[in-house]
Amino acid sequence: MMKRLSTILASLLVAVVAPAAVTAVDNAVADTAVSVMAPAGTAHAGHHEAEEDFNPKDIIFEHLGDGYGWEVPFNHHRRIPLPVIVWGSDGLHVFSSSRVAHGTTYRDGNIDFKIATDGEYKGKLVEIKPDGSVSRPFDISITKNVLAILFTVILVILCVMPLGKWYSRKGYAAPRGFKGALEALYEFIYVSLIKATLRDQARRFAPYLLTVFMFIFIANLMGLIVVFPGGANLTGNIAITLVLALITFLITNIFGTRHYWKEILWPDVPLWLKFPLPIMPVIEIFGMFTKPAALTVRLFANMMGGHIIVISLTLIIFIFAKMGVAALSGATVVSMIFQVFMLLIDVLVSFIQAYVFTMLSTIFISLAQEREHENHVKEDHSGAAGTVRMPDTAN
Amino acid sequence: MELFTPDFGLVFWMFLAFAILFLLLWKKGWPAIMNMIDKRADLIDKGVEYAQQAKDQLDKARQSADRILAEARHRQADILREADHMKDQIVEQARQEARSAAQKEIDSARVAIAQERKEAEKQFRDQVSLFALDIASKVTRRDLSGDKAQSKLVTDLLDEIENKN
Repeated sequence: MMKRLSTILASLLVAVVAPAAVTAVDNAVADTAVSVMAPAGTAHAGHHEAEEDFNPKDIIFEHLGDGYGWEVPFNHHRRIPLPVIVWGSDGLHVFSSSRVAHGTTYRDGNIDFKIATDGEYKGKLVEIKPDGSVSRPFDISITKNVLAILFTVILVILCVMPLGKWYSRKGYAAPRGFKGALEALYEFIYVSLIKATLRDQARRFAPYLLTVFMFIFIANLMGLIVVFPGGANLTGNIAITLVLALITFLITNIFGTRHYWKEILWPDVPLWLKFPLPIMPVIEIFGMFTKPAALTVRLFANMMGGHIIVISLTLIIFIFAKMGVAALSGATVVSMIFQVFMLLIDVLVSFIQAYVFTMLSTIFISLAQEREHENHVKEDHSGAAGTVRMPDTAN
Repeated sequence: MELFTPDFGLVFWMFLAFAILFLLLWKKGWPAIMNMIDKRADLIDKGVEYAQQAKDQLDKARQSADRILAEARHRQADILREADHMKDQIVEQARQEARSAAQKEIDSARVAIAQERKEAEKQFRDQVSLFALDIASKVTRRDLSGDKAQSKLVTDLLDEIENKN
């Protein structure tokens, strides 16, 4: 089902990109074609002037990426201004992002800032040196994604704290309505995932795993809401997934048992595999780092893929708009049907990806929690570890 | 490409925000929820166990009740049979007693009748003898020697009559 669906969607994507390229060539705007191929094209100012000459790839990547302002509906030029916080070459600068909107240069103190329109730092705030060259300052601005993190954090707190309060007031009484649904969700994750995997260690790691689950789940769902305060592609940003995967990595290795480290540094294999040439230890150490890498890329790629598909479907309308009213109407109807369908699938994917991330974190942590006394069935143990690692390669 | 290079500012804020979120929920949020889920699971497990035990006990109680009932029924039948038997005996005994009482009554009545009869006979005899004497005296008034020899005669005559009867 999903395979067939993705085939359809892939062909749709091809259908989206191909006409765009053809149109670009027809219009004989060489730089557009170049910028389709390479984002670091040089003559971007030229194609911004012509309205009809739009570049789907740029639009897609603009929506996927971070920004110094937050888009508002029905207005492509106005952004909700957000604070820019940078550490330039002469110290701290804090100003509103509206000062540097639309490529204008803003002078704060003695330094000129602007958002680069091209080059290495395209879309990022840069400091303009007196000689005209640009450099990237130390940038901890409250960008769109940072604000989205904040909203997500607040929503997660609002989803968790009231339930605890309910229990302290009502005791065993089962909560109703939204709280009841949340309780069912937490129970599902806590009992059938965390407790089933970590058993007696569940209480130690459950707070982290539940927090990760709720954060990803809420962030995913917020990403599906197209207008403020949603619409940020948070979990489809590699920085977010990297931080989450790194925390899992740290927890896995900091709380890892002696047995875990022994399995890595001196595994139970024939001696020639670990001495004098430490083949197995090298493989195991490499495996330590592939786990968080897999976590990072899986969540990021899955969520970004979902966003790309929905935006591409939207862009179909604009591409077909040039081919006359009939094509436009047809494309609109088809695009809307597919978009609604994709967004519904994305609601499912939001849950599944949050669940998968939590599940893999749980498994990685539990693999580092193995004790010596579980070692008496060596063959069994290695076989089990192999099957547990299976999801690593799946998806 | 921008998408694949993590932005430092975002990593910084994400780490900070997530750390704060985690610390808050670790201390304040999740323990209450996990406790409640664990406790409720225990409660439900115990409840199921209790229900199972209660059912077993009920089954046992029902079995013993059935057994007691069957026993009681059995005993009831025994008692009824015995009572029936006893009733027959009593009736029989009563009947016998009544019969013997009646017999006694009849016997005594018979004795009394015989006595009465004897008495009556004696009286009658006396009367008759008086009558006879009267008659005889009346008969023999003219020849009224009226002595013993004559009354003896009459008595003898009467004995004769009686014996004839």
